[in-house]
Amino acid sequence: MIKLRINGMPVTAEENSTILQAARKLDIKIPTLCHLELDCFNLEHRIGSCRVCMVEVSGRRNLAPACCTPVEEGMEVRTHTLRAINARRTMLDLLLSNHPKDCLTCEKNLDCELQALAQEMGLHKIIYKGEQSKRSIDLANESIVRDMNKCIMCRRCETACNTIQTVGILSGVRRGFNSIVSTASEKPLADTKCTFCGQCVSACPVGALTEMNRTYDVWRALNDETKQVIVQTAPAVRVALGEEFGMEPGSVSTGKMVTALRMLGFDKVFDTDFAADLTIMEETTEFVKRLKENKNLPILTSCCPGWVKFFEHQFPDLLHIPSTAKSPQQMFGAMAKTYYAKKLGVEPKEITVVSVMPCLAKKYEAARSEFSRDGVRDVDIVISTRELANMLKEAGIQFNDLRNSAFDNPLGESTGAGVIFGSTGGVLEAVLRTAADWLSGKELNDIDFEEIRGISGIKEATVKVAGKEIRVAIASGLGNARMLLEKIRRGESKYHAIEIMACPGGCLNGGGQPYIHGDTSILEKRRQAIYEEDRNKTIRKSHENPYIQKLYREFLGEPGSHLAHELLHTHYTARKNE
Amino acid sequence: MISSAEKLEEYEKGLAGRIPSSLRTEILVSMGTCGIAAGTTPILEELKKEVSEQKLDDSVKIVQVGCMGLCHSEPTIEVVDKESGQRIIFGNVIASQAKSIVAKSVRTAGVQAVARTWYCPEDEEMNPDAIQARIVLRNCGRIDPEEIDEYIMRSGYQAAAKVLASMKPLDVIKIITESGLKGRGGGGFPTGRKWKFAADQKSDEKYVVCNADEGDPGAFMDRAVLEGDPHSVLEAMIIAGFAVGSHEGVIYIRAEYPLAVKRLHLAIAQAKEKGLLGKNLFGSGFDFNIELKYGAGAFVCGEETALIHSVEGKRGEPSFKPPFPAVSGLWKKPTVVNNVETYANVCAIIRNGAAWFKKIGTENSPGTKVFSLTGKINKVGLIEVPIGTSLRDIIFKLGDGIKGGRKFKAVQTGGPSGGCITEASLDTPIDYNTLIALGSMMGSGGMIVMDEDDCMVNVAKFFLDFTLDESCGRCTPCRIGNKRLHEMLKEITDGNGTHETLTKLRKLSDNIKDTALCGLGQTSPNPVLSTIKNFEGEYLAHIDHRKCPAKVCAKLLSYLINDNCVGCTLCAKNCPVTCISGEKRQKHLIDQKKCIKCGVCYEACKFHAIDKD
Repeated sequence: MIKLRINGMPVTAEENSTILQAARKLDIKIPTLCHLELDCFNLEHRIGSCRVCMVEVSGRRNLAPACCTPVEEGMEVRTHTLRAINARRTMLDLLLSNHPKDCLTCEKNLDCELQALAQEMGLHKIIYKGEQSKRSIDLANESIVRDMNKCIMCRRCETACNTIQTVGILSGVRRGFNSIVSTASEKPLADTKCTFCGQCVSACPVGALTEMNRTYDVWRALNDETKQVIVQTAPAVRVALGEEFGMEPGSVSTGKMVTALRMLGFDKVFDTDFAADLTIMEETTEFVKRLKENKNLPILTSCCPGWVKFFEHQFPDLLHIPSTAKSPQQMFGAMAKTYYAKKLGVEPKEITVVSVMPCLAKKYEAARSEFSRDGVRDVDIVISTRELANMLKEAGIQFNDLRNSAFDNPLGESTGAGVIFGSTGGVLEAVLRTAADWLSGKELNDIDFEEIRGISGIKEATVKVAGKEIRVAIASGLGNARMLLEKIRRGESKYHAIEIMACPGGCLNGGGQPYIHGDTSILEKRRQAIYEEDRNKTIRKSHENPYIQKLYREFLGEPGSHLAHELLHTHYTARKNE
Repeated sequence: MISSAEKLEEYEKGLAGRIPSSLRTEILVSMGTCGIAAGTTPILEELKKEVSEQKLDDSVKIVQVGCMGLCHSEPTIEVVDKESGQRIIFGNVIASQAKSIVAKSVRTAGVQAVARTWYCPEDEEMNPDAIQARIVLRNCGRIDPEEIDEYIMRSGYQAAAKVLASMKPLDVIKIITESGLKGRGGGGFPTGRKWKFAADQKSDEKYVVCNADEGDPGAFMDRAVLEGDPHSVLEAMIIAGFAVGSHEGVIYIRAEYPLAVKRLHLAIAQAKEKGLLGKNLFGSGFDFNIELKYGAGAFVCGEETALIHSVEGKRGEPSFKPPFPAVSGLWKKPTVVNNVETYANVCAIIRNGAAWFKKIGTENSPGTKVFSLTGKINKVGLIEVPIGTSLRDIIFKLGDGIKGGRKFKAVQTGGPSGGCITEASLDTPIDYNTLIALGSMMGSGGMIVMDEDDCMVNVAKFFLDFTLDESCGRCTPCRIGNKRLHEMLKEITDGNGTHETLTKLRKLSDNIKDTALCGLGQTSPNPVLSTIKNFEGEYLAHIDHRKCPAKVCAKLLSYLINDNCVGCTLCAKNCPVTCISGEKRQKHLIDQKKCIKCGVCYEACKFHAIDKD
C-alpha cells in the first residue's frame, strides 16, 4: 500500500493504482473524458489523451494526468489549484472549439459526457475559437452512424473494437489537427469486417457514434392504415428500458412496456422470447442429433448477428459448426409472415414487423438478403431500446405510471428459457434444460445451471445430462470468442457446445441499450433482473411452451421438419477478412 | 573470421602491411548525400579515370568518403600527401579540374583550399586555432564508409573487443556513467543511467534501439554519421547490448535516407562476414544482431515510445510514461533507446576512458555536440564543437558571419522545440542548462541563424506549422492547441491581431507546455514564447501599426513605385494580376487594391524603383 496526500488529506492507495483512483477514496471526483473503466471485464482504457484530468504534483515541472499517473509514496497532489483548473478549462475549451456544439439536435443530447463536463465545469464561453474539422458522415450501413465531426479523439471506440472485440477495424489516422479515428483507407463501415456489434457506440462519450435511427419509419408504419403493424421485444429490453425513465437499474418493466407499445398503436404486441423458445426447439434438435452422431461438434450458437458476421469474416473455415438455426428475431419474422399471416388471412406484405432490440447488429441482420422472401423482409424495421424510449417520450407516454399488461398471442407466450437469452450463458442453459429432458426422456426439476451463469467473459463447465457428461463453454465479447474459436481451429477444443454473444455480458450490454457510461454495476443488476424474470415464470423450459407446441402441431410439424428447415434455418457466407 | 581481440589486432596489422609502399597521394572525395547532390559523383569518376589513364594506380588512391561537414564549399575533396602527412581540403571542385588535381596532386590553379577548423582529440594534439573538436565525426570524411577495413584501421571494433574480452557489463556502465555522456537526441538524459535502468531489469529478452529518425527541419547530423561512419554506431550498439544484457539491436531509420540505409546494410553485412556481428563475438560467448526498421518520416517517431510503437507496426504515437522503455519497451521488454550521435561517442569513451572524455566540454556536460549550422550565414555546414563553445564563435568564426553583411538577429537552437537566442546572449557558453535558461534547448543539433530580414512572428509561425503537421494528434493540447496558436499567429501576420491575441498566445502556450503528453507537445510553444519574450516589439509593430518591420508579412506590405522609375514597363509585364499601369517611359503606378503583394515587380525592377513598405 502507498501513502500519499491529496489536497493535504492523507490517503492510502494500492500499488499501481492511479491518482484518479486514490482521489475517489477521498470522495473527490477528478473530471475525466477519455478514460473508461469497465470493472467487471477487468478492462481500463487509460490512454491519457484528453488531458482534462490534470492535477498538480509537488516537485513535478508539468501537470500530471490523474487517470494514468501512478501513485507514489509521499506524493503530494493538489487537484483544484488555479493552475490545474485553468489547464482543465483550457482543454475543454479547445475540445469544444473543434466541436459542432449542435447539442439541441444531437442524438446524444443530455446523454453526452462532453456536454455534462462542460456543465459541471461551468464553461460558458469559448476563448480559443478557430477552424473546425469538416468530415463526411458515414451513413452507408443499417446500424451505425459515424459523424467524426463530433469525435474528441478519446479513442474508446478503438479499445472497444480492437482490444475487447478484436475486430480491429478502427485506428487513429492522419496527423495533427486532422487526426481522426477511422477504418483502413477511411472506408465506410459497410466495406469492412465491422460486425455492427455497436460496442463502439456504447463506448463513445459523445455523439460521434450513434445508432441509425429508424423511429420515424415506425411512426410512418403505425400511421399506415393498410398495414397490420406488430412488434416483438427482445428479452434484454425489458430489464433496461426503465433506466431511460429514471427507474433503478435492474427494474423489470415488461408489463409497462407492453402497455406502452399498445398505447403507441401497435396492432399486436408480441414477444421475441416466444421465438427464443422456438430457437431452442430447433437448435436443441440439431445439437442432440450432432451429439448422437458425434459429428460437427462443438455446436456453436447462432442467435447473435454480430457474432455471425465475425465468424463469417474471421473464421470462414469453420462455417460448418455453428447451428443453422436462425436467430429468435428472424424466426419471429418468418413465423409472423407465414403462420400468423395465414391465421389473419392476409398477404405477408400487409404485415409490418417491428423489432425492439438491445442491439445494433440486429438492424443489419434484418436487412440480410437471406431473410427476405419474394422481396418481402421478414423483419421490416428494427429499433433499439434507446429508440423505443425516445418514441415513448415523444408520444408523451408517462412510462413510470403505466399499468402492466400481457403480451398478445399466439406469438407472445414465452418460458423462462426464452427470457434468459438476454444474458450471457442463457441460451446454452435453455438448450440444456430441453436437451436434458429429451435425452433422459423425463421431466427434470433441477434446471438451474448455476455454473454457467455470471457476467465473466469465458465460462467453462461440465454438466451431467441424462448420465452423460456434456462439456460446454460460454464466451461473451468477441475477443473471448476468438480465443475459443482458435482453440477449435487448432483441434484443441473438447467442448460439445459453445454459446457466444458478441457483446461482453451478452445482450443486456448490447450496443442499443441505455448508456451505462462506464458503470458496469448496472450490467450486473440487469443480469439479476433477467434471472428474476426466469424464476417467476411458471413454465421454464422451451418445449413446454403450449403455443410452441401448438405452432408445431398446426403448422411446422416437428422440430427439424422440412418446413422448419425452410423457414427457421439459414446458411453462412465466407467474407473477406479486411 | 575475427574471433578474438588478438585476431582483431592481427587483422589490423595485416591491413597496415598491405598498403603499397609506392602510395604517395590519397584523394578523398566527399560522397555523402550532400556531396553527391552538389556533384561529386562525376568528380570521383573523372579522378578515377585520370589515375587509370595516367597509370598512377600504384601511387594515387581515390577514396570515396562521407560528409566532411563543409556544405558551404561542396563539392569538396581532401588531398593527403602520404610522405609529409599534409592534408589539404579543396572546395567548389569541378570535374574538369580532375586532370590537374591528379597531375600535380596538390595546389592546382583554380582550386580553392578550405581551412580545416577542427582537430580530432583522439588522434591529434589540441590545436589552438581549431574551434571544432571531432569525436563523433572523427571518421566522417576520412574513411570509405563502404569498406569495413578502413574502419578497422582507425581502431575500429577495438572498443567492442576490449569490452567483450575483458570487462563486465557493470564496468561498461560505470565508464559511461562516469564520462557524463548525455543523450544527444534532445532530452540530455544521462546515458549511463539509462543503461543501468535497463541492465537492472530481469528479463529473458531486451532490446537496444538506435534512434535514427532525424526529423528536425534543417538537421542532418545523424545522416552524416550513418553515411560517413556506420560501423561506429554498430560497434556502440554491441557494447550497449553487452552492458544491458540484450542480444538484439534495432536501428530505426527514416526511409528518406536511402544512402544511409544502403551503407548500414553494407556495414551490417560486412560485420557479419567478419564475425563482428552474430554469434559468440570475440569468442566471449556473447551474441548480438542488428536489424533495420524503416520510419515513414513522422517527426514524432523520434520520441522513444512513439518510435517503439512504430517498430511494432502500430501507429507512431507516444504513450504515457511510466512505464519507461527501460522497463517495458519494444514488445514490452526492457529497451534502451539512444540516438545515433550518442552511440557515436561510446567507442571513443571506451577506448580512451571517462577521464579523457571529461577533459572535453564543460564540467556539467562533457564532450562535444554536433550541429547543423544553417540559415543566413556565410558558411553553412556540419560542425562539432566542445560543449561550452559560445554561439558567437560558432556563428562568426565557424559560420563566418552573416550573409551579405546583414545584421545578425537571432539563432534558433533545438529545432521546432527550441527557442530564439538573441545578440545579447551570444557569448554564453552553450550547454544543456544554459540553453534552457535562455528559453531554448540543445535539442538534437539544428541551428538556424536569422538576420534582420527575418520576421520573428513569421519564424514562430513557420515552426508551429511544422509541429502542427507533425503532431500525432493524440492529446488535446497538441492537436487543437497548436492549431489555435498557429491561427493566432496568422491573425497577427495578417494584420488582424490585437493585444488580446498576444495575451491569449502566451496563456495558451503556457497551458500546452503544462499539459501535453510528450516532448513534442510540451516544447512546441517554445518558438512562440521565446520570440514574444525577445522580440515583443516586433509583435507589437504587427499589432499596433499593422507593419512588419522585417518586411516579410505580405499582408502588411505595400509596394510603391518611386521616382527612379524610367517607365521600362518590365514590372507591368511581369505582374500576374496586371495591377501596374503607366505609359512607356513614364513613371508607373501600382493599384494597391488589386496588388496581391507577390513581390514579382520588386524582383523584376532593374532601377531600384520599387519600395517595399
